[in-house]
Amino acid sequence: MSKVFIGMGTCGLATGAGKVKSAVEKWAAARNVAMEITPTGCIGYCKAEPIMDVVTGSGHRVSFSNVTPDVAGFILDEVFVRKNLKLDGLLGQFRNGKAPLPNIPLIEDHPYFRKQVKYVLRNCGVIDPESIADYRAHGGLKGLERALGMTSAEVIAEITRSGLRGRGGGGFPAGKKWELALASKNEKKYVICNADEGDPGAFMDRSILEGDTYAVLEGMMIAGCAIGANEGIIYCRAEYPLAIERIGKAIGVLKAEGLLEKPIGPRGFQFALRIKMGAGAFVCGEETALMASVEGRRGMPRPRPPFPSVSGLFQKPTIINNVETMANASHIMREGAESYAAMGTQSSKGTKVFALTGKVVNAGLVEVPMGITLREIVFDIGGGIPNGKAFKAVQIGGPSGGCIPAEHLDTKVDYESLKSVGAIMGSGGLVVMDEDTCMVDMARYFLSFITNESCGKCIPCREGTQRLYEILDSIVSPYSKMKSEEDNLLRFNRVLNMESLAQVIRDTSLCGLGQTAPNPVLSTLRFFRSEYEAHIYDRKCPAHQCKGLLKYEIDTNACTGCTLCAKKCPTQAIVGEKKKAHYIVDEKCIRCGTCRDVCRFSAVAVS
Amino acid sequence: MDTTLQKKPIDEVIAKHPPQREHLISILQEVQGEYGYLSKDSINRISIYLKLPSSKIFGVTTFYNQFKLKAPGRIQIQICRGTACHVKGSLDLLDALKTQLGIDVGETTKDGLFSLETVACLGCCSIAPAMMVNGKFFGRLDKKMIEELIDGFCAAGRVEE
Repeated sequence: MSKVFIGMGTCGLATGAGKVKSAVEKWAAARNVAMEITPTGCIGYCKAEPIMDVVTGSGHRVSFSNVTPDVAGFILDEVFVRKNLKLDGLLGQFRNGKAPLPNIPLIEDHPYFRKQVKYVLRNCGVIDPESIADYRAHGGLKGLERALGMTSAEVIAEITRSGLRGRGGGGFPAGKKWELALASKNEKKYVICNADEGDPGAFMDRSILEGDTYAVLEGMMIAGCAIGANEGIIYCRAEYPLAIERIGKAIGVLKAEGLLEKPIGPRGFQFALRIKMGAGAFVCGEETALMASVEGRRGMPRPRPPFPSVSGLFQKPTIINNVETMANASHIMREGAESYAAMGTQSSKGTKVFALTGKVVNAGLVEVPMGITLREIVFDIGGGIPNGKAFKAVQIGGPSGGCIPAEHLDTKVDYESLKSVGAIMGSGGLVVMDEDTCMVDMARYFLSFITNESCGKCIPCREGTQRLYEILDSIVSPYSKMKSEEDNLLRFNRVLNMESLAQVIRDTSLCGLGQTAPNPVLSTLRFFRSEYEAHIYDRKCPAHQCKGLLKYEIDTNACTGCTLCAKKCPTQAIVGEKKKAHYIVDEKCIRCGTCRDVCRFSAVAVS
Repeated sequence: MDTTLQKKPIDEVIAKHPPQREHLISILQEVQGEYGYLSKDSINRISIYLKLPSSKIFGVTTFYNQFKLKAPGRIQIQICRGTACHVKGSLDLLDALKTQLGIDVGETTKDGLFSLETVACLGCCSIAPAMMVNGKFFGRLDKKMIEELIDGFCAAGRVEE
């Protein structure tokens, strides 16, 4: 039996993993070879997707990157027939208990993986996420077994000792949260896993849910066992169909195995799990809003206290933890708190998964020990900026986070250090920006997101973010759009009030969404004030991103009069005779850039 | 308002869930999954089933981005406007889509073939810019690819499996 593993997470599928699978099946059928194809989750090196691992005759698992359907057959021929492993796209071999093959690098020594520590992502891209047998073979459910043999207090003490803090963004100590819920006496308690990963730019929860489904569910069961809850709800966003499908299957398997809805362990722990689909509202990532949504209401937050650990879902004591926290809990219970606490810094223990995206060579998921610097993540693991461009900033923490400029790249990644430079850990989205990214545009982008997602309950967030957005919008509007000179004066007046408005929103909003909403503005103002000034005073966008401030012009010497741009212009803003230089009518131009894209003589210039 | 208690096919879809408020969102998702959107009539039927004013249900449907109160096109394009996609130029792609389809965000083409939506984040940030068409993901897009994809959908009249 020949064995092949194919990374079939959402990113793998989007880049053609499904076609690779059919190519492998075809190859096996043509050669009459018995082939076992195991679909795995994502190993995190998304740039190299589709990824295929081949198990050699000697039982070594070797991984190949950028496997298109055409190359899949070639790779299989080389590996199985010609016994040659040194091919283009070779990532390396897995360390799977065997003496490694000589001359073939280990995958963990690959530049992308060398500085990473795979703790919570250990199974992603390695095991078949739908097979509980495979999960067990990799130590799965041992943590639950151990928890079942302990008292509630002992389980919580173990989690507390590990130093695990909430990975959803807040960083509240998980052990403390569980302890509070344990102390609340009630016969009905709930465990909720927050899988409403709404932060644009973060996808670690999706990857864990798709790649190591059982670990999350095991973590929830451990949490239930610790606080004495008998019902767990996993609140997953509807945009993750594959994750929802896998969770549903996994719950079914756990039921069939007799681990759910039946008393297990010496204390007769009984737990039920169900899945609740989110319906697309960013604010539902906030815990009180999430509970309102589970109860079938509009997902609006409410003031705390009472905290959910005292009065949560249906007024019962509830704990809400993020996907990554839950998965971590199951590994901590199995391997003990000490090995986890040995990683990281004084106040932030363990590892953190980051979604490294944007203008970076190696986009993907990286898991690093806390305390590593941003420079190491962006340049050593991420491979720096593509196309020789200069690094400008890294945005961390999504719409609630901040932008960190080059001079703070040596900031250590932990909850406190990030706060000191005006950013937050958040759920772990790291978006890299290069010289072509406009920071005012970024701030405006985040605010437009927040104005759409603000639930409308409290005034500072509902009205304040809208006004803040209008100010930023007026900054990037051209003088020609101003209706009168008074409008222009108003623009300056608003700019003067921008910072104080941001502070009011931060100090007076009801929930985390509003309190952090001005962060993108405050942090870009702090580090990129000169860019704001260029927009405000000179009406220029240094990065050529803000369309309102751009001017498209045709170089009359370079233009051959081919008429292509005039034909393609969606607003007929280009005039000119055939074989003579063309001109752009500025009032009609919508700055779509089509003329520049189609011009074969590079005659269109932007200023 | 149609408040007859006569059974309709939609009631079978609704009755898959117990008649409690906490199941409202699941019911709405199920009905939308079946019919593509939430009609006035279906909201009324749910209102009767849950013994909940339809105004409350309307409040929930308008709060969440997922719910549609108008019939969408047969091919639903959702373009990602997440941070990573934004940095990689998804706004230009959105403009290109608007121009090519001749509709704005939230609208459906006259022939009922395409509808265009933006989503906050598809969670495919590593292959940004991305879009989802009828549940199928497309990544590492550029203007030319979009144009070809749309032309392909137009010719086939559907999304290839």
